[in-house]
Amino acid sequence: MNLEIPRKFNAIIHQAHQVAAEIFRPISRKYDRVEHAYPVELDMLASIMDGMNDSDFHGGAGASKLRQRKERDAAIVNGTNMSTVLGLIELCWGDVGLALSLPRQGLGNAAIAAVATPEQLERFKHLWAAMAITEPGAGSDSASITTTARLEDDEYVINGEKIFVTAGSRCDAVVVWATLDKSLGRKAIKSFVIEKGTPGMELARLEKKLGIRASDTATLVFSDCRVPRENLLGNPAIDDKQGFSGVMQTFDNTRPVVAAMAVGVARASFELTRELFSREGLQADYLLPVFTNHAAIAEMYRMEADLEAARLLTLKAAWMADNGMPNSMEASMAKAKAGRVANAITLRCAELCGSLGYSEKQLLEKWARDSKILDIFEGTQQIQQLIIARRLLDKSSTELR
Amino acid sequence: MAKDPIGFTLSAVNKVAGSTWIDKLGLRKPAERIAYYSTRAGFQVLNTANDQLQRARQLFPLRMTPEDKDSSRVFDLTLSEEQQLICDSLDLFARTVLRPQAASMDECALLSDEIREQVRELGLVEAVIPESMGGYMRAQSALTSLLITERLAWGDMGLTLGLLGNMSAANVLIRWGTPEQQKRWLPALVSQPQANATLAVNEPGILFIPHELKTTLGHCDNGYKLNGTKCLVPLAEQADLLLVPAQMPNGRIRVAIVDSALKGITVTRDDGMGVRAAQLCEVHFEQVEIDEANLLGTLDFNYQHFTDLASLAVCGLAIGTCQAVLDYVIPYCNQRYAFGEPISHRQSIAFTVADIAIELESMRLLAQRAASRHDQKLPSHREIYLARVLCAEKSMEIATRGVQLLGGHGFIKEHPVERWYRDLRVIATLYSGLHA
Repeated sequence: MNLEIPRKFNAIIHQAHQVAAEIFRPISRKYDRVEHAYPVELDMLASIMDGMNDSDFHGGAGASKLRQRKERDAAIVNGTNMSTVLGLIELCWGDVGLALSLPRQGLGNAAIAAVATPEQLERFKHLWAAMAITEPGAGSDSASITTTARLEDDEYVINGEKIFVTAGSRCDAVVVWATLDKSLGRKAIKSFVIEKGTPGMELARLEKKLGIRASDTATLVFSDCRVPRENLLGNPAIDDKQGFSGVMQTFDNTRPVVAAMAVGVARASFELTRELFSREGLQADYLLPVFTNHAAIAEMYRMEADLEAARLLTLKAAWMADNGMPNSMEASMAKAKAGRVANAITLRCAELCGSLGYSEKQLLEKWARDSKILDIFEGTQQIQQLIIARRLLDKSSTELR
Repeated sequence: MAKDPIGFTLSAVNKVAGSTWIDKLGLRKPAERIAYYSTRAGFQVLNTANDQLQRARQLFPLRMTPEDKDSSRVFDLTLSEEQQLICDSLDLFARTVLRPQAASMDECALLSDEIREQVRELGLVEAVIPESMGGYMRAQSALTSLLITERLAWGDMGLTLGLLGNMSAANVLIRWGTPEQQKRWLPALVSQPQANATLAVNEPGILFIPHELKTTLGHCDNGYKLNGTKCLVPLAEQADLLLVPAQMPNGRIRVAIVDSALKGITVTRDDGMGVRAAQLCEVHFEQVEIDEANLLGTLDFNYQHFTDLASLAVCGLAIGTCQAVLDYVIPYCNQRYAFGEPISHRQSIAFTVADIAIELESMRLLAQRAASRHDQKLPSHREIYLARVLCAEKSMEIATRGVQLLGGHGFIKEHPVERWYRDLRVIATLYSGLHA
């Protein structure tokens, strides 16, 4: 047993940390203030990231590399799921909103990586793909979406409205969830790659948000939007058992990534708070029983323990994915724990640092706003609890609703 | 001839199958069923285990040795085969021996000689002693001790606290003892009849700080005089050997190896809210004469390291007992009906179960990382501290939620959750008794 990060990841961690410290942090406040302005600084980064992701060295990293190993053989490996979460922890230590705006690192890319055919993988590999699932009337209950896809000649005709599309205005393409036949329920839900500029696809508006303002959150409207039938990801057959559950499996890979983002922003708040405290002579020595410390130091210990737990749960879920072990419950545990402790830690740090925590002079108040989304998107806290509880209690989604 | 891991496993299974107490307790049928299912898979492993063990030794000749901090190792949560074998056999032992007797031992505040003998025969102490000292582990491992503690605590925390005194004392002596101290005491901890050892660290009073002891070792003509009071000491009444940290005149803390037959020692029972089978005691030392030779280790003895390993073992107690809570509430919530359906169909119940599992996994990962760092000779003080902080807070939360899930039934002794609630309250406080 070894729970330390292998040396081979030092380079990727170091690179990502440099990006976070030298590129993200200096522009973090700027793009928080000018919501919807495109962070031009990120363009030059894109090529660096592509290089990082495509390097042969330990299989690369990034959204487009997130695949569950299908086979299980004897030798344990640490692969792309591990390197991706390690990279994202560092990037989000810098800025969550900017990390979400990194070209070609969209959740749509993860969806393509998880369910696309080899031909589609090749065709879409250079796209920056956003993910469009949520509708005004369907959020967590993603099986009840109403956007339709109708096959006409050799094209699917898409109609409907998608909201909360992260990177929806900056991306090259959107992976849209739509139903082939509403009466057939979840098994008729398929995902479609729709490239920007396709007639019938309209950017209706951008949301103004509590946090992650550097990241654009779009509403997209599809009116008789026609895409080639080859753009349906995976198998088009309605009775295909891999249909909806196949798309849902995307989440087994992306939830540890979102958990990693939460660990990153929480660590940012924690480290700055610890530094501000030590300037005042309040330092943690990990010696006294927790209640014999200054109350603020005791709280720091609790936060640090929770942060470490979130980090280890995240690494465990990624480790399982890298080694072909089914990890749906562990991915949800990581997301649930990391989402809630990141929110609690960033809020507590803002509180502990008093006016410094609340003022825009520091980033603590921003991190406390940014962190909230991490307990919501890619499945809310409560959705994660449902997934975990159903697994533990051996219940179906009709029994435990 | 020292037992190897396979011998250890077989002996565990054998002890359960071959004993008469199992009939007395009416457990033969259930035990056989469990033995069948767990060994059907287990023996397939056993047949090849020897080969694999040999291979593993060739592959990792330096495992658990100082050279082992090689950071090129992969992140891997898999237990070694030795550790897996130990866990599997202790799971069986905890399920068939400890759990069935837990309620009555708690009620009577008793740890029967019979159980003690069964544990002695299991060879737990030999399991932590390195080959070079007559045991069968290649090297001392805090992780293995953590796993042993966790797996036994699933059966019962009070019994485990009482039963692991000798293993803990062996861990202490192996880690710090001088060759003379090891030669004198290690054989006594494994021989028949066995000497009983216990660790006395806590002191009475609020806000106890293990680094600020009131117990002292003062100079005298023939060495030192030990004075002070220790508490939360498991099985002190039956102890032959007490390990007692105390403040030296120079301000440092050393551990006195105290023969319980010495003059000036008074033991009084001081039973608490839980872990009653461990028969907690207060031990008073008045002018007890201690030879220089009975101060543990040498001048470079590191007391912080000593309390770290006590904390790690306490984490093991918490993890095992919380796993017991989770394993109990799952079938209960599925079988208990209210409003026409299992209560587990309600989110407030189901989410509570999910949260127990999340926090338990958090506790386990923190403790295992700390132990694994310790075994790799990486700095582990901060990691052990944080593991203990999390275990102290979350284990009590899990315990009280466990009772809540059963409602009124959780409050009565028909169900074990009220015992786990009482037992787990000690986690935040305990430093006596155990050592990983």
